[in-house]
Amino acid sequence: MTRWHVARLVKVRDENATARTLVFDVPGWPGHLAGQHVDVKLTAGDGYSARRSYSLAGPEGVELTVQRVPDGEVSPYLTLDMEPGDELELRGPVGGWFVWRPDGPAPVLLVAGGAGIVPLMAMIRARRAAGADTPFRLVYAVRSPERLCYADELLRPDPGVSVTLAYTRRVPEGHPRPPGRLTAADLGPYGEADCYVCGPTGFVEASAALLVGLGHDPARIRTERFGPTGD
Amino acid sequence: MQADHLDGNALAGPLAEIFAADVSVAVSRCAACGLTGPVASLHVYDRAPGLVARCPGCEEVVLRLVRSPDAAWLDLRGAVTLRIPLGGAGPGAVASAGGEPGADR
Repeated sequence: MTRWHVARLVKVRDENATARTLVFDVPGWPGHLAGQHVDVKLTAGDGYSARRSYSLAGPEGVELTVQRVPDGEVSPYLTLDMEPGDELELRGPVGGWFVWRPDGPAPVLLVAGGAGIVPLMAMIRARRAAGADTPFRLVYAVRSPERLCYADELLRPDPGVSVTLAYTRRVPEGHPRPPGRLTAADLGPYGEADCYVCGPTGFVEASAALLVGLGHDPARIRTERFGPTGD
Repeated sequence: MQADHLDGNALAGPLAEIFAADVSVAVSRCAACGLTGPVASLHVYDRAPGLVARCPGCEEVVLRLVRSPDAAWLDLRGAVTLRIPLGGAGPGAVASAGGEPGADR
């Protein structure tokens, strides 16, 4: 049975103007696999509590990247107000389906929509930490350059990892791909791979359909959806 | 019914409160249409007093989970079977008691 841990915020890092990475100290954390998530519980003074799920962003320790949702109940607190030393309750690691293990031999295709990058970044980091040579390809769909997470890390060369950025609304100057939704051309050509797709529900449905259309085996496409708002 | 749904990955935490194994990696068989697949791939609707998981093939209810302050109500009416991997290789290893990272239950 998974219990609630008390987590103390030790460090924050802004990823962009609306997303922030929070690093927590969680005594007794048992370790986790890349792709797993935690459930976070915030309790107000009057006893009202709100729960949300957030993916772990790295292969070790409890590091969450949270996208601020305007009018959200939880994400504004996590991205604006919470300060080092503050505590919250979290449960995890949970979710053994949407995970990648460094001993997996098959090439990997990661497809991220917006904040869906977080568990996929954990997989890229886990690959690097393990010194694995599994070929990785990331296709990251994001609204505009201002919304990119982990930009410096993704643009730095990482042997065996190829990164394709697909801006959906606005591109930076000189970017070769015009803005627009993800297409089969972004995800192709077909190559045998274990596929991981994470993003908002509509994005996941559309991307998984494109992958099947390219010839990927549906049984090798793992998906994780977050709600209409993510908060 | 809400237009946007989550998926069975979101059941992992709430079910981990009840079960020793990670039920999100279990393979369920839909009582209505017979489709089998991981619980993680069920469509989960959370804008309700609890969580409602529906079959991705026929949208019939497979599982409902409601948590009250002192109890959990679990309705498995739409699942003929749940095949729950226990230990060994494969996705179930995460949920096993084998001391692997993630085996916190």
